[in-house]
Amino acid sequence: MAMSASEIERLIRAAIPDAEVAITDLAGDGDHYAAKVVSSAFRGMPRVKQHQKVYAALGGRMGGELHALQLQTVAPEEKASD
Amino acid sequence: MTEAKERIDGIVHKNDIVLFMKGTALFPQCGFSSRAVAILERLGADYETVDVLQDPEIRQGIKEYSDWPTIPQLYVKGEFVGGSDIMMEMFENGELQQLVGAAAE
Repeated sequence: MAMSASEIERLIRAAIPDAEVAITDLAGDGDHYAAKVVSSAFRGMPRVKQHQKVYAALGGRMGGELHALQLQTVAPEEKASD
Repeated sequence: MTEAKERIDGIVHKNDIVLFMKGTALFPQCGFSSRAVAILERLGADYETVDVLQDPEIRQGIKEYSDWPTIPQLYVKGEFVGGSDIMMEMFENGELQQLVGAAAE
């Protein structure tokens, strides 16, 4: 079952209120997305923890309902360097 | 520790570099696993793979073991490193090469 980009964004924002979320539908099939999430909550957090925080926001849908989400997480001050 | 966790724990501590994936290094069964293998090959890493499709207990258990919902998963020296996105990011900035190089010493 697929998820809409706006639903993914809503779930992430609900859990990480200051998050800037940019979602790309990679295949145009509503099932393969890339998300870039920028939040001050990621500051000083190892990358695995940052991704786990986003997966937690998605509440178990990742790997199930949501098959493919390429994830990039960034703290605001790292933004300029990418 | 459950039996699955014990088995996983044994695998990640017995192998310096191990990738839990769908399929085998020669025949990956998923694009993300394929990408993870390609990165390790590119680095010339000496790694083991575990095909989770052959083992439902490990397939489920590995997600709980690392609190990570997807496969592939890379472990170096017993530590969970990440999935294919993190591997790609670390490959691009040179971190993965360092980690894998250090594990080989």
